[in-house]
Parts: sequence; C-alpha cells; structure tokens
Amino acid sequence: MKVPMSARRVKDIMASKIMLVLTLAAVALIFFMVAGLYFKSRPILASQPLSELFFSSRWRPFRGEFGFLSFIMGTVWVTGVAVLIAVPLCLLTSIYLSEYANSKVREWVKPLIDILAGIPSVVFGVWGMLVVVPFIKDVVAPFAGVFSTGYSILAGGIVLAIMIFPVIIHVSLEIFRAVPQEVREASLAVGATRWQTIKHVVMRKALPGVAAAVVLGISRAFGETMAVLMVVGNVAKIPHSVLDPAYPLPALIANNYGEMMSIPLYDSALMLAALILLLVVLLFNALSKMILIRVQRSIR
Amino acid sequence: MDYQTHISVQNLNVHYGNQQVLKNITLNIPDRKITAIIGPSGCGKTTLLKSFNRLIDSVEGVKISGRVLVDDENILDPKTEVTHIRKKMGLLLQKPYPLPMSIYDNVAYGPRIHGIKNKKRLDEIVERFLKKASLWDEVKERINQPASMLSVGQQQRLCLARGLAVEPEIILGDEPTSALDPQSSQRIEQTFVELKQDYTIVIVTHILRQARRMADYVVFLYLGELIEHGPAWDIFNHPKQALTREYIKGLIS
Repeated sequence: MKVPMSARRVKDIMASKIMLVLTLAAVALIFFMVAGLYFKSRPILASQPLSELFFSSRWRPFRGEFGFLSFIMGTVWVTGVAVLIAVPLCLLTSIYLSEYANSKVREWVKPLIDILAGIPSVVFGVWGMLVVVPFIKDVVAPFAGVFSTGYSILAGGIVLAIMIFPVIIHVSLEIFRAVPQEVREASLAVGATRWQTIKHVVMRKALPGVAAAVVLGISRAFGETMAVLMVVGNVAKIPHSVLDPAYPLPALIANNYGEMMSIPLYDSALMLAALILLLVVLLFNALSKMILIRVQRSIR
Repeated sequence: MDYQTHISVQNLNVHYGNQQVLKNITLNIPDRKITAIIGPSGCGKTTLLKSFNRLIDSVEGVKISGRVLVDDENILDPKTEVTHIRKKMGLLLQKPYPLPMSIYDNVAYGPRIHGIKNKKRLDEIVERFLKKASLWDEVKERINQPASMLSVGQQQRLCLARGLAVEPEIILGDEPTSALDPQSSQRIEQTFVELKQDYTIVIVTHILRQARRMADYVVFLYLGELIEHGPAWDIFNHPKQALTREYIKGLIS
C-alpha cells in the first residue's frame, strides 16, 4: 500500500539533500581553487619555461623576468628554521605530558597548548616585532659578529615555530598515548628505566606518527603569512644565513596582490605562487594523514 | 611437604582511589614451585601479581601499604630501587607484547639495558633463552626479522625468553595463556613445568583446570580478600572454606 508523503517526511528528505549539497560544495571548492589558480597562471607558464620560473632568482617584473627561486628559498629557510626549533621542543613536551605528567597536569596543559593555535597570527607578528626582532638585532647578531636589522629568517623561524607548537604537540601526544601501556610494562618489567623505555620502545613505536605530526607542522608553517611577513624583512634575495632577511612566497602574494597589477603578467605570476603554495600544502597534509591512518592501524 | 618461602606478603593493602582492591593480604609464596592465584575476575589477582614487581606504581591514584619481602628486602619500601627488583622477575602478560624490534633484539633487550654490549655474549644469551622458551628451532633461521611476524603463540614464548634473558629468579604470569590456542597454551604450560626447577613461578589464572594441571600451591582470592591458600592438592581436594569449595565446584565465577 502506498502511503502519501507526509510533510515531515518531505522535510526530512530535503534537509538531508541540502546538507549533502553543502558538503559536496565544500569539497568541490578545493578543486575549483586549484583549477582557477591554474587557469590564471597559464599566461606566465606559457611565457617562460618552468626551469626559468623555478630555478632563476632574477625577479625583474618590469622586464618580464619572474624567477621565483629567492622566494622559494625564503619559504624553505623560514620553514626549515621553524621546524628545527619546534620539533625537539615539541617532542620533549609531548613525551613529558604523555609519560611523566599525571592526568591532572595533562588535562590542564593540553587545552592551554591548543589555545596557542587560536591566537590570531597578527598578534604573534606584533610580539615578534616587539621582542624577537630587537633581541636578534641587539643580542644574537652582535654575538655572531654580524650586523642585522633583526628582521631575519631567524625571527620568522622563531615566531613560526611557536605557531606550529600546538599542532605538533597535539598530534604527537595523541600518538604517544595510543602506544599500549603493556608495551611499556614489557620493557619496565625487564628492569628498564622510564627513560630507556621511552627511548627504545615508545619512541620507536611512535616514530611514524611523530613524523606525520612534523609533516603537518611543516604544511602549517609553509602557508603561514601574516606573522612571518611582519618580521622576516621581505628582501627578494637568496638568503645565505639565518640572520639574512628573506621573502617567503605567502608574503610575496600578500604584499603585492592588488598593488602591482599594471605590470603585465604580474598577477599571473602571483597566481602561480599561490598555486605552488596550495599544492605543496595539500600534498603535505595528505601525506601526514596517510601516515597517521597507517600508524593508527598498526600501533595496536 | 616443606616449602621454603621466596616471596613473603605481609598485611598488603592496595587502594585505587577510594576503592580497596586488596584487603590485608598475608601470604608466603614458596620457592621453586608453581603458585597459582585463582579467583573470579575483579578479585584482585592481577593487582597482587603486579605489586610483586611494582608495576602498580604506574596506576594513577594507587595507595599501597604493607610489606612484600623478596630475599628479605621490602620491595614496597620507597627507598628500594625499582629496576633491580624488576630484573629479578620475568613477566608474561595476557597477550604477548613483543617490543617493536627484531626477534634477536627482543631477547637481547634486557641484557643490553643492564650493560652487556659484547656481541658474542649477546648471541649466546639469545640462543640459550630462546631454547629455554622452546622457540629456538622455529626462529633460528630468521632471528633478525621483526618479532611481529611471529604467530601469537610464538610471540608469547618470545616474551618468555625476553623475561628470562635478564636471569630473574621469579617468573610472573598474568593469565599468560588466555590469548593462545590450546596447543600454544600447552607448550607454555610445559615450559613452565620445566622451568620450576630453577625459578619460582607465580601465575594468575581463571582456568581451574590449568591450576589443577600445573600448580603446586594455590592462592584463592575473593573480592580482594585472601580466602584460602595452601598446597594445591589440599585446596582442590579438601578446601576448608565454603567459598573455596563453591568456587572449585564452579558455583561462583
């Protein structure tokens, strides 16, 4: 027997369909962005070979020369310094929280660290300008025997490191907690100390997951714009030391989009920069998600 | 029968938070015999076992009072150095937990921790204890493969070898056959019976038949209280307490 559709059945079906469409739209957005950026960057891709774009450091937009190497190196240096600072500190923090702290401390500290992630990046930028930059200018640079304005890769790296703390600590803490207690007991039971157990057993078991946490941190660092832009100096030259200024890709886009549009091909060049950033970040995110899924399957 | 005491438990009380898990346990565990701790689940068997090597230290909110003497040393004394107590006791858990490394490294783990670096000596130790755990013949060709490649039964024997390699005097087993198939269980039981000439063995088990097969001495716990303990034959044939009688008949579980 066919029952006529009641109003509430219709509403139910409509609600689910609308939500499906919205979800699909969010997913499709990424594809549209990649496609749009690619479409917009086609003129610059057509005007010069990829090798010229990626491996030349000549950035003379007025003459139509768009070599991205300085900016790519700027991004790589700043990200590298941030990761070098962040990884050891984050690892020790998450090891402490997972292996030594009692649950009360852990439950208090975890949300506090997560709050770091919610601070607007411009606030980190201002803090960097007021504290980190003068510190590098007055203390670090004289100590190293060089002159620096303080606006440098090191400043950007320090600010960025603090910004990626939460994600690395959060993810690696979760990984450490997923290591079964019995594996620790197996090691303790033969007379290993806690530190030996952490070093030889917990770390080894958690290593792939920690790698994923670091990759996630890198992808966060790669695209971070505002705070870095404020302290890194923004000089379009290949850097040679951490006390040199640099000009990372996100800063290039943020500083120039809308300003220099009268120069031919300039907007296309910026779109290409955006496309590179987006693809690298997507790739790193996907990579870390893949590792994490495999780790969670294998760890138990 | 005459028993020499190896582990002496005196007035042991253990609380987890507000809940008392062990109530005033006093008991002597005989040297070089198999002692089975039996009782329904939740009666404190595992807690008693883990207080012997102080693995309950890592349980949050745990409070312990009383004394546990091993070789006349009170291992519950806060001043006692815990790693050397644990070195005296091999531990087998319900499920085998091989360390994330090769078969060889699993057995060599303990000796290395305690400072043996000489490759030749380590080779010797690994072979000797894999033989003792009757695993050597099955793995000697692939000793450098990850331990996770072994079957569960083999893993449990590997864990036994790992525990034996630090040359303990005591072997503790927390339902060590509960995750194994009947054949693997039998092999572990056999190995235990062979080992009791050199080691004091304490196992927690909820399988009465297993206790009957293996145990020389039986400890019966119920809701955190020590109801009865004594030579296995006496406990199984002439239990003094009504509770013990009912448990052995399978009336309570």
